[in-house]
Amino acid sequence: MKVMATRRAASNVGADRLFRVLTRTSAVLVLLLLAGIIVSLAWGGRGAITTYGPSFLWTSEWDPVRDHYGALVPVAGTLITSAIAVLIAVPVSFGIALFLTERAPGWLRRPLGTAIEMLAAIPSIIYGMWGLFVFVPLFQQHVQSPLVQWTRDVPVLGELFAGPPLGIGLFTAGLILSIMIIPFITAVMRDVFEQVPPMLKESAYGLGCTTWEVVWKIVLPFTRNGVISGIMLGLGRALGETMAVTFVIGNAFSLPHSLFSPSNSIASALANEFNEAGGLQKAALLELGLILFVITTLVLILSKLVLRRLSRGQDLPAGGA
Amino acid sequence: MKVMATDSNPVYRRRRRLNRLMLMLSAVAVAFGLFWLFWIILTLLMKGAPALTLTLFTESTPPPGEAGGLLNAIVGSVLMSAAAVLMGTPLGVLAGTYLAEFGRDRWLATSVRFLNDVLLSAPSIIIGLFIYSVYVARVGHYSGWAGAFALAIIVVPVVVRATDNMLSLVPNSLREAAAALGCPQWRIVLFISYRAARSGMMTGVLLAIARIAGETAPLLFTALNNQFLSFNMNAPIANLPVIIFQYAASPFRDWNDLAWAGAALITLLVLAINLLARIFFRK
Repeated sequence: MKVMATRRAASNVGADRLFRVLTRTSAVLVLLLLAGIIVSLAWGGRGAITTYGPSFLWTSEWDPVRDHYGALVPVAGTLITSAIAVLIAVPVSFGIALFLTERAPGWLRRPLGTAIEMLAAIPSIIYGMWGLFVFVPLFQQHVQSPLVQWTRDVPVLGELFAGPPLGIGLFTAGLILSIMIIPFITAVMRDVFEQVPPMLKESAYGLGCTTWEVVWKIVLPFTRNGVISGIMLGLGRALGETMAVTFVIGNAFSLPHSLFSPSNSIASALANEFNEAGGLQKAALLELGLILFVITTLVLILSKLVLRRLSRGQDLPAGGA
Repeated sequence: MKVMATDSNPVYRRRRRLNRLMLMLSAVAVAFGLFWLFWIILTLLMKGAPALTLTLFTESTPPPGEAGGLLNAIVGSVLMSAAAVLMGTPLGVLAGTYLAEFGRDRWLATSVRFLNDVLLSAPSIIIGLFIYSVYVARVGHYSGWAGAFALAIIVVPVVVRATDNMLSLVPNSLREAAAALGCPQWRIVLFISYRAARSGMMTGVLLAIARIAGETAPLLFTALNNQFLSFNMNAPIANLPVIIFQYAASPFRDWNDLAWAGAALITLLVLAINLLARIFFRK
């Protein structure tokens, strides 16, 4: 009897060790996956990295005929479209989060919240297709053309909206990106708004604050880091979005001169050119991919650091109360 | 009297006006969000629904000018997604188990958790590039397996995150009770923790499926496309997203219609999975 029991215990110890090793190996594999991505992109792009060095970043030429490549146009396009997206998405997401946490009646919160989250579920390619074939023609005819007409002689706006009203271009890409990142930013804002201790809000209401004042002067300062972190998360999404942007950005390797210029982003340059590219062009595209990955990773790390400061800072008021 | 005094107070009136304006704007923001959602869904229903017929599921993509369906694309998408989920889920579950059950707050666990989030938000086209560099370029041809590998890499971080979060919610007293009865740790994880966290983990897998169902970018350089019905995972294989991408921009009317039908199909599927996951998890 005793022998059997110890044998069983021994086999359990072995199984425990095996299970632990198995799970730890899987965890390490996840680490290696990430390292593998960076190494493989750098290795594939080494041709371009050694040929151009850092000047790759500020060269605007992209000329497959003369076999000369620079990253300025796609990098600028990526940053500009993402900036437009964030500028539009942040106030809208803030409004939605405010409405969902402070205004909406209880029965409406869940369906409304779910509907907004569904915006994130629609695949990127659907946004692109709908954008190019449904949104762009209407936008070009009814918004862009009149806008270009009206602002032609206005000093600053005229420059901003200059150029032929093509419908596609930086602004359209940014607008569609903003719709795609609204659910992500809203979700984070909602979560942190709901974490505000009710006592704080009620004290403010008790002093006679209006709802808006409570949100603007109590909730927002209290959740500032969480909100910033959510915005960064949305920015990270916008930077790497591929298919939606590919459809509507215009895919022109030229530096943009106005908001409506067709341009290019890193991701759409990859989607359009990678399969047909060879030699130095392929290396240049892989280096572009590496640049994109580094940018999105940095943005995410920043957002994590900000959020970590939030969770540390939040202990204080909660603990003090 | 007092009420009248506050009403005539200009500062108070201004504050109330600002409040009303801002709350109205917040409702406008909600309308802004819903407006795009309904516009997109409506477009898909109107343009895609007429083509959602039985032939869509029984015939392969046609040459321009002829009638056809999306059978090859559906088969390819299902094959690759299934392979990706079968590869990605075990790895993700095991890694998530390590994070929640063994690693907890050790440096390995914290760094894996952190880098898993990096992987989670990595642009999907980068993952396509990665698989192209390490697999397609080595083997020398595009293939269904390459597409499945790329999708699996998207599945892994989603499942890791869900498993980690859900297992962390399992109360420690459950584990301690089992341990006190002499249960070895692997049995505790398999029969106590997993059982308690089951619905959350399943939700994670469902959401991962929804995520990869519409992914296009990672398939462009891996699975490529195929005009014919093929079950061979070792050769280029048709798939819905890439077919949509190519057919949407083509000059042929039939192809455009097929693209819209495919788009409606994918979107409805993804939305349904998302809603299902929510209902499933709430139970």
